[in-house]
Amino acid sequence: MSEAVLHAGAGHAAHHADYLEEPKGLWSWLTTVDHKRIGLMYMWSVLFFFLVGGIFALLIRLELLTPKQTIMDAETYNRVFTLHGAIMTFLVIIPAIPGALGNFALPLLLGAKDVAFPRLNLASLYVYWTGAAMAVATLALGGVDTGWTFYTPYSTTTGGGVSLMVLAAFVLGFSSIFTGVNFIATIHKLRAPGMGWFEMPLFAWGMYATALIQILATPVLGITLLLIVMERVLGVGIFDPQLGGDPVLFQHFFWFYSHPAVYIMILPAMAVISEVIPTFSRKTIFGYKAIAFSSVAIALLGFLVWAHHMFVAGMSLFAGAIFSFLTFFIAIPSAIKVFNWIATMWRGSISLEAPMLHAISFLLIFTIGGLTGLFLAALSTDVHLHDTYFVVAHFHYVMAGSNLIAMLAGMHYWWPKMYGRLYNKKLAAIASAIIFIGFNLTFLPQFVLGSRGMPRRYFNYLPQFQDLHVVSTVGSWVLAAGLFLTAAYLLASFRQPKGMPANPWGGRTLEWETTSPPTTHNFEGQPVLQHGPYDYRPEPAPVGVKEMAH
Amino acid sequence: MNWFRDFLLPRGGATHAGEMDGLFMFITWLTVFFFFFNGGLIFYAVRRWRRRSDKEVTPHITHDTRLELIWSLIPLGVVMLIFLWGFQGYVKAWVAPNDSMEIIVTGKKWVWEFEYPDGTRTLNDLHVPVNQPVKLVMTSEDVIHSFYIPEFRLKRDAIPGRYTELWFTATEPGVYQVYCTEYCGKGHSDMLARIFVDTPEQYETFLREGDEQVRKMPLKELGRLVWENKGCATCHSIDGTRGQGPSWKGIWGQKHRGTDGKEYLVDAEYIRQSILMPQAMVVQGYEPIMPTYQGLLREREILGLIEFIKELQ
Ligand code: HEM
Ligand SMILES: [Cu+2]
Repeated sequence: MSEAVLHAGAGHAAHHADYLEEPKGLWSWLTTVDHKRIGLMYMWSVLFFFLVGGIFALLIRLELLTPKQTIMDAETYNRVFTLHGAIMTFLVIIPAIPGALGNFALPLLLGAKDVAFPRLNLASLYVYWTGAAMAVATLALGGVDTGWTFYTPYSTTTGGGVSLMVLAAFVLGFSSIFTGVNFIATIHKLRAPGMGWFEMPLFAWGMYATALIQILATPVLGITLLLIVMERVLGVGIFDPQLGGDPVLFQHFFWFYSHPAVYIMILPAMAVISEVIPTFSRKTIFGYKAIAFSSVAIALLGFLVWAHHMFVAGMSLFAGAIFSFLTFFIAIPSAIKVFNWIATMWRGSISLEAPMLHAISFLLIFTIGGLTGLFLAALSTDVHLHDTYFVVAHFHYVMAGSNLIAMLAGMHYWWPKMYGRLYNKKLAAIASAIIFIGFNLTFLPQFVLGSRGMPRRYFNYLPQFQDLHVVSTVGSWVLAAGLFLTAAYLLASFRQPKGMPANPWGGRTLEWETTSPPTTHNFEGQPVLQHGPYDYRPEPAPVGVKEMAH
Repeated sequence: MNWFRDFLLPRGGATHAGEMDGLFMFITWLTVFFFFFNGGLIFYAVRRWRRRSDKEVTPHITHDTRLELIWSLIPLGVVMLIFLWGFQGYVKAWVAPNDSMEIIVTGKKWVWEFEYPDGTRTLNDLHVPVNQPVKLVMTSEDVIHSFYIPEFRLKRDAIPGRYTELWFTATEPGVYQVYCTEYCGKGHSDMLARIFVDTPEQYETFLREGDEQVRKMPLKELGRLVWENKGCATCHSIDGTRGQGPSWKGIWGQKHRGTDGKEYLVDAEYIRQSILMPQAMVVQGYEPIMPTYQGLLREREILGLIEFIKELQ
């Protein structure tokens, strides 16, 4: 295994097999501790579940084409939207960027050979698969009809596979914690010589902030979910008012995790965007420290605002006011980032490759997603909009729209590094436009549905809402078409021979200093930082890696 | 730009609506503005600085503290304004005036039940007088539900084991839609109710004669509804099992012996009397525990009960 490296040291790098080729065989993949392989396996797993969750989404939208039953009955519909939500949240967006892109790119960006705990990394993938299998197995128990939020006392009284689904989420939490622990240790310990905290690429800051939330908040969710199982199986009465419990307590516990968790979904997206924009603007990122600190600020503030999901759940006036007040502070770091990204493009040299097109989509969609959060943070408007389609639209803008599109940006950005191949650029540009249009067509009408009073999780609805639902359903097909086109040209890229140069986009971070795809140990020797991550000045020397003798 | 507001929001029907609409439209315009502002900057940057040659050199700008302060502090000011505005509306929607009329709302899978100050109860139809503050005191019998009236811009959860409150003053007579907005299972999206905002005269008529449901429902069905909803079912079974009181099954036309030793024929007159003056005749073997329903049931509801009992053979 270390042969490649030894030879590399001896100066025969060009002949050496990349990490995809060496070692060979399925078994070598399943037992690998190489962060790049683990990242790819995460990526394909997440994409698979995205397909499954996406099919459920299309079924939901088809059902909502008409006000009464269209293709399924109410009970089926409730199970379908629960599975859609649970799969998309726990199996897709939470792991997508950290699990796939984080694993693949973070050590490369830091100039490290691997993550700090490679075996733990592999374990997190297996834990993820276990949790995923459990979630899918709930179907055999008749499905789950609680919604992905599992609110008590509904969740403790309804039948089906709720206990198993909740345990699946519990198990998936461990996968998330393992990844978080690994990233924190990696960032602390394995940065290339010469890379201070403020010479790290911003992607690493984003991953660091995400990891903080993962390890601090996930245990709370884990315990809460276990309490549900205890309540269902042993009837302990923590949430059941009949036994002296408090059903609203569950919501406090749940959102204490799940609110920070929405930042587990958005911080990694911001992290990707902070890499893509400077590269394709060929310009130093504007306000590096502001972006880095705002990630950490978002992570920490995220812990203080959970109860803004409960303004109408009978909280006291005082508590409502405090939580609303604190929530508004989250808007500031988010706004700072958007302005910084735009300022980075200012006077740059902008190249509209696919990753950049997706990054621009992200900026536009995130602007809407973020600003519509103001309606929900303000008390009087939230009372009207809570639990309506307005909320559905808002969280799809920030979760599906921003996270997913950032994932696409990142995949297109690092695809040549992952596989040494390039996709068809023209198709990629077309697909990014279709996705942008389809996404907005699907979810923009839902804001209006909500503000006009259409509640969420409705199987039947009043006829006055039909027009907007039809637009939304048509939008979902456009969106799906864009995604299928993406899948098609990405898969077609495997028919190309490998042959991408080390640095196809002209990036200034360390991953572009090694071959595409890299060898098993990432670099030929230990890279030493020669310049900051976004330094596009002609001087100092354009190389970031200096080989150290070893 | 009223058309825009009317497109986004349903017509307002309560004092509170105006409070919320102003803020809603303010944030809407803010969102529209910043979307086009950011979009415009991006569009401009892409047009103006599109890469033309691979050798282009860009200026090395790392940050600009003054600019960054400006674009942190301005948003901070704006969001604080929004916070205060939203808080102010919430406080007003929170504290009910002392002279509000109290109505008890109970959510259960999948109906809304209302109980008026005079003991009248209705299902899924709520009548309130116009221009009169009304306070809903809400609870749930099973899972969490949420009572939402878009036209009043109000919503509050109905939670088992506690009471929550919601108050409003309806300003326009008419009919308003109520939704359940906390997912509660199979019938969630059918858990709909309506609020009838009545003129004072209409409201009086309603209290005297009941709402349309009571006026129009076939007698027998109405009888069953009363049995279910007015507490009869807690003591009287309809399948012959013995409860706190005698079962209704098969009693029509039978003779009952009272604690006074006399025999009574179960007919319409007897049933009416048992409902309105339960202590006048107590069936042997039972305690005299039944409360009077004097004033709580309308004539038509009593007729409905008689028809219902007649059918229980
Ligand atoms: C083609 C794309 C998609 C469509 C058409 C779609 C559609 C929907 C619809 C109609 C609902 C039901 C809302 C309700 O009844 O309350 C829903 C819920 C949800 N979706 Fe999506 N969705 C899509 C993509 C995504 C993605 C990519 C994610 C994750 C990033 C996601 C996460 C969720 C979540 C968390 C819920 C809430 C489920 C719940 O309330 O139980 N969706 N979606
Ligand atoms: Cu409900």
